[in-house]
This record gives sequence, structure tokens and C-alpha cells, in this order.
Amino acid sequence: MGEASGSIYDSLRKKGVSRRDFMKFCSLMAATLALPVGGAAKIAEALEKAPKPTLVWLEFQDCCGNTESFLRANDPTVAQIVLDLLSVDYHETIMAPAGKQAEKSLYDVVKNQKGKYLVVVEGAIPLKDGGVYCTVGGRAAIDIAKEVCGNAMATIAMGACAWDGGIPGAAPNPTGAVGVKDAVKDITLINLPGCPANVVNLTGTIVHLLTFGSLPLTDSMGRPLFAYGHRIHDDCERRAHYDAGRFVQIWGDEGHKKGWCLYQMGCKGPETFKNCPAQRWNQGTSWPVEAGHGCIGCAAPHFWDTMTPFYKRIEQVPGFGVEATADKFGAGLAAATAAGLIVHRIARASKKKSSEEEEK
Amino acid sequence: MATERKKTYVWEIPVRLTHWVNFFSIIFLSVTGLYIGGPFIHPTSSQSYTMGWMRFIHLLAGYTFLMMVIIRVYWAFAGNRYANWRVFLPLTRRQRHDLGDATRYYLFLSKKPPYAAGHTMCAGAAYFVLFLLFLFQIFSGFALFSYNSPGFFHTLLGGWLTAFMNIQAIRFWHHMVMYFIWVIALIHVYLAVWLDSVEGNGLMGSIFGGYKFITGKEWE
Repeated sequence: MGEASGSIYDSLRKKGVSRRDFMKFCSLMAATLALPVGGAAKIAEALEKAPKPTLVWLEFQDCCGNTESFLRANDPTVAQIVLDLLSVDYHETIMAPAGKQAEKSLYDVVKNQKGKYLVVVEGAIPLKDGGVYCTVGGRAAIDIAKEVCGNAMATIAMGACAWDGGIPGAAPNPTGAVGVKDAVKDITLINLPGCPANVVNLTGTIVHLLTFGSLPLTDSMGRPLFAYGHRIHDDCERRAHYDAGRFVQIWGDEGHKKGWCLYQMGCKGPETFKNCPAQRWNQGTSWPVEAGHGCIGCAAPHFWDTMTPFYKRIEQVPGFGVEATADKFGAGLAAATAAGLIVHRIARASKKKSSEEEEK
Repeated sequence: MATERKKTYVWEIPVRLTHWVNFFSIIFLSVTGLYIGGPFIHPTSSQSYTMGWMRFIHLLAGYTFLMMVIIRVYWAFAGNRYANWRVFLPLTRRQRHDLGDATRYYLFLSKKPPYAAGHTMCAGAAYFVLFLLFLFQIFSGFALFSYNSPGFFHTLLGGWLTAFMNIQAIRFWHHMVMYFIWVIALIHVYLAVWLDSVEGNGLMGSIFGGYKFITGKEWE
């Protein structure tokens, strides 16, 4: 590894990737990025010339889920990404060196390739108590992030945690965990939220950078539009059942067997923007809704706080027990009002009677 | 009562129009809204379009409701003294006094009915709260719809709310506020029927015809 050498295409060819497979990859990327006709050729042209970019992968408060997602890349396979598409110089989970040697390779990149390398951040960064709740090699995550992201060409925050704190940042957030966007200011950053993020979107973002020299267009929350521009509900294969009013009502019921809409089971597809229905998971095999489980909204802001309960349409009324849905509470409120008015009417009647008696 | 009554034109056409169109749109919005929040009709045919129609009616009623609120706000500045915006806020000493009087009467603490040619101050204040609830329903409704149809128009109508509240909290309060509106509506009808029977000035009829038959006690 070390200094980038040769073009991506050259090294892919050396590894035995055929021209056909290379073009298939370029086409996949062009489709993912929703480029117009000719996009694949443009990507191919760029990758034939582009030098291999160096990439370092930082893990902070994470579960390694995005790494797992990354390892499941199949176009090209992870071996090809690691060895050929990118020069991954530091990745705690998959690198060979350990201890001081490993840390040295990280800081060598920061020193020698200042402003030229890419960083992927996985996991949240705790800020409370000086950042003591997550340290790597004795350094606080926040200090590492500031140095490594601050000197990079671009930072990719991969997964919900690196985006906005995710699960470590969920209430009551004991470690003061935040995402990269709140921890490190004034850096070139793109966010790929999701729990985990889809590796196709990571590859797409990097290919866009290599082809056009810039990061893809983003929405107001810093997420690339090619991946987060469409609502899951609008691209869902079960959408027709939603419009028809055919809903799964209990897990395993007739509707569930027939593949009806999971809306009533708390699916958060209508609240979530991501390209899951198009890209799918595990080599394009399936995705949650296709597998019969509603979307949990993992690409939505603070999803662990805002999208729960995962199996209900809306949150519960706090302080009224586990089954206090907004509708039960509201209906109770209306009934209580009606009862109160009836009591008031009776009171009026008895009042009138007594005043009439007084007049007599 | 032998008092001479004076026929007075209180509720102008825009006031009655917005009242009744809102009455029907709130019923349509509530029924379809309850369905959208928790579907209670379960068709099995692939030819059905139940959720589609419910959402269509909900949106249509929502737009109608928005138009009515706009007309009513305009009329709060252009209409007669009974429709004016000032009757909704206890701004003067007299109004605050009336607010106390009406509240005491409703709680059986006083025997003097409020007698108002237009709204009692209690009603006016309640309608101001109701107006705020209406505004929230409009903004939150269009905020929810903005996920369906992102763009300038829906951002303006309510999408901006997503910058301050997360989408699920908006959904939750959109449900809850419907029930708050029901509560106010129930009390509203109850008090109107009661006052009509006590004051005998044609209050219930006035929302249909616009005229009240006032005795003069209203001006005291």
C-alpha cells in the first residue's frame, strides 16, 4: 500500500478483472448516480486515468456494522476495492498491522498526503468530559477526527452514528455523542446515513469524486441526492397495496403472506429517504420491506429517538402507560368532555329547579 | 319576556359560509384522517383504491379548510364589528370584565347570563385558541404532505415546520390537535344551545340566517 501508484483500471486489469466486468461496474455506478446516457463511458474514462486514492477508515463509537456492509461489496468485490480501487491505508478491523505500527500508518497518510486522501468515519464521536468515552491509542476520538478529517480532501460520514450520533447519541446520550458534522467544523463532508449505510452508495460517492472531481450534490442534511433523494414509500414495490388499502394487520396474517403493505405494522417508509428499494442489500438480493419487515427509518435524523416505536405508526402519549396511543388518548379526551358536559347539564337542571323553588 | 326585541344583522355571509364549510371539512378531515392514521376498512380486492381515495378526500378537504381560514382571516379585517379581530382578544378592560362574567356564569358562580350581540368574550377567546389550533393543523398537515410532494409550494405551506419538529412528532401532534378541536367543538355546541335557551335571542338560528333578536341587555 502506501503511496498511490498507477491508475485504478491498470491495477484492476493486473488483478484479472476483465474489461467486461470493469464496464459493468461503471454502468452500475452510472445508474446509481442517475447519470444521463454516456455516464458509464465517462466514468470508465475517468477511472482509466485516475490514480488510486488513499483512504483511511476511522472507527469510533460504532458496532462495525458499516464495515460489515463494506465487506459485502460485490461490485467490485471487497478484495478488489481494498486492493485496487482504493488504497486503504488504515482500517482497524481489516488491517494487518497492530499497535504503534498501525497508528503510524494513519499519521503517515495525514503527514505525507495532506489534502489528498479520503477519510471514512464510522461511529459517533463523544464530546462529554473531554471526549474520554472513546479513545484510540490513548487519543480521544474528537482529537483524532479533528486532525485526520481536517487534513483530508474529503470526509465521508458512513452510517447513522457518524451522521448525527445515531444509537450512541440517542436519548439520554450519556457520552454526549454527536456526528462528524457537529464534532468537526469546516471540513469537506458528505453524509451517508443508514444503519448501516449501503456500500453501493459509498462506492458511488467515491466514483463521483474521481470522475467529476467533486462530491455529489447533497440535500439540506448533507446527504447525496442520488442516494437519499427519493422516499422509500414512493419507490416501494408494496406501494400499490398501500393505495388499495390492503394492509398487513398482524404478523403472519393472510395479508402478510400475500405481501401486502406494512404501513399498519409501523413501516417508516413514508418518512424515510433512501434508495433501498432500488439498490437493495446483500448483492441486490433483498431489502427489509421485500423480506416482510417494515422500514425502521434508519436513514432519518435521530432515528432511534424519532422513529420508535418501530412497530407503531406514531409514538405513544407519554405518562399514560404502554398502550396509550394518541388515538386512544384523544378519544378518551373527547369522551371525558362529553361526560363533563352531561354533568354540567344535570347541574344546570338541578340548579334551575332549586331557584324555582326559592321563587315560590 | 315582554321586552322589545331588535332584529340585528350579526353574522355576515363570509362568517356563516366559513363556519359551515369548516364544519363539514372538519368532519371529512377527521374521518379520513382517522383512516389514514389507522386504516379501519380492509378491502381485499386489488381493484380497490381505499387509501388513495381517503387521502384524496383528506387533501381536498384540507385545501378547502385552508381557503376558509384565509377568507375568515380576511374578514376579521374587512367584516362588521362582530367579525372583527378585536372580538377574539381580551384587549380592553371591558372585554376582560366580560370574560370573567361569562366564565362565572358557565361555572354557576353567577346568575347573570353573558348577553352578547356577537360573541361572548369567553367564546371569542376560545375561538382564538381554536384559530391557533387550525393554523397548526394546516401547517402540520402540509408538513406531512411535503414529504410526498417536496417543492417550494408545500415548503411554504408547512414543510418549514420539519426544520423545527421531527416528522413523527408532527404526525403525533397532528393527531392530538384533532381531538383538541373536537373538545372545543363539543363545548361550543353545548354552550350555544344553552345560551339560546336562556337568552332567547335566536342565537342558534343566527348561524343560519345571520340575524339575532337582541333585547338591549347586550349593550349594557
